[in-house]
Amino acid sequence: MKALPHYHNLRPSTQPAYDFPFYASTAKRHPTRPLVVVPQTLSEVTGPVFGYDDLKATDNDLTRQHKGEPLGERILVGGRVLDEGGRPVPHTLVEIWQANAAGRYPHKSDQHDAPIDPNFSGAGRTLTDAQGRYQFVTIRPGEYPWRNHYNAWRPAHIHFSLFGRAFLTRLVTQMYFPGDPLLELDPMYMSIPDEHARRRLVSQFDLGHTVPEHALAYRFDIVLRGRDATPRERA
Amino acid sequence: MKLVASGSQTVGPYLHIGLTWLNRDRIAGPGVKGERVVVRGRVLDGGGKGVSDALIEIWQANAAGKYAHPEDRQEKTLERGFRGFGRIPTDAQGRFRFSTVKPGRVPGPGGRPQAPHLNVTVFMRGLLKQLSTRIYFPEDPANREDAILKRVPAERRATLIAQRKSRGVLEWNVVLQGRNETVFFGF
Repeated sequence: MKALPHYHNLRPSTQPAYDFPFYASTAKRHPTRPLVVVPQTLSEVTGPVFGYDDLKATDNDLTRQHKGEPLGERILVGGRVLDEGGRPVPHTLVEIWQANAAGRYPHKSDQHDAPIDPNFSGAGRTLTDAQGRYQFVTIRPGEYPWRNHYNAWRPAHIHFSLFGRAFLTRLVTQMYFPGDPLLELDPMYMSIPDEHARRRLVSQFDLGHTVPEHALAYRFDIVLRGRDATPRERA
Repeated sequence: MKLVASGSQTVGPYLHIGLTWLNRDRIAGPGVKGERVVVRGRVLDGGGKGVSDALIEIWQANAAGKYAHPEDRQEKTLERGFRGFGRIPTDAQGRFRFSTVKPGRVPGPGGRPQAPHLNVTVFMRGLLKQLSTRIYFPEDPANREDAILKRVPAERRATLIAQRKSRGVLEWNVVLQGRNETVFFGF
């Protein structure tokens, strides 16, 4: 019998609760019974694998997916995907989506009175390299209002979706921008209980990757659930 | 652990923009062996209303009980092109539907085989982190000895077992709250 990897439990303070009244939509959409905790099996420590065949050349450059250039401030967003032990997660799929520079999504559910940019769809994806690095070229997204509470505005953000190595490392999160005054008013951001863990979701200005006379850069490292360095014998 | 893990955040209402490109409701292509099944159902909120902006993802083994993953080291065959991944958004009524093959048995705790199952991840606006659950198959004698199902209180196990609607068509629903609340797992 070959040994299987074993993944550590995430610290609860790094993750939101399902029932979070400040975010009104959780009311009818959270489970009311506790999760049933079960052992990890082959089903949970494996997960879908994606490759370069799944991607197109312009998938990681959101400014080159249409005939013209999108409006707004061009930025580079990059970093590393790591596990909690600091080890890189190589060749893993990273998907992103975001509003345009005016804070508008080209989506039927988005009724915000701000212009759609015909040159910006706001979706991208890439694979991390052997060191877990990834990079996107995009436009700095705008803030936008939503109806969670009176005068509610989402801070500027980019949605991230990652798989990691296993079914149980799947993560959907959001990247925020440093110094945004809306962060502490935002139910999504504030749903993370621990302050250090909240800061993990705020990108850092990255002067070193800035391209002079072209684009500013932000660094956003993503840390997935970690596992034992050496596999355990199957329990 | 050296690093603080990234926190989960909701997919929000505009998830389709980033995720539709990888929608897959035919999990097994024509060359894949096994018993063909269609699974259909709904995602229902605490008021019994269909959730129109949910997304489910499926992860499964092939009919031989092998996952398309480098850490599945079982000596079983895997068809070329079989990934075992599905991604299906719900429609305006909260409905979803996908087709696949019934997976084989994969090893569980102690190396004992598990009953055939599909691993399911659920995302939606209003859900700050994903939910994980499983779909088991009706009338499968292996369900009685499945180590994971045994951990579920007997009166809730039915939420994990699909119902046969007609030949090759199964129904399975995600019920977020209430009397028939689906069992969700922590691993």
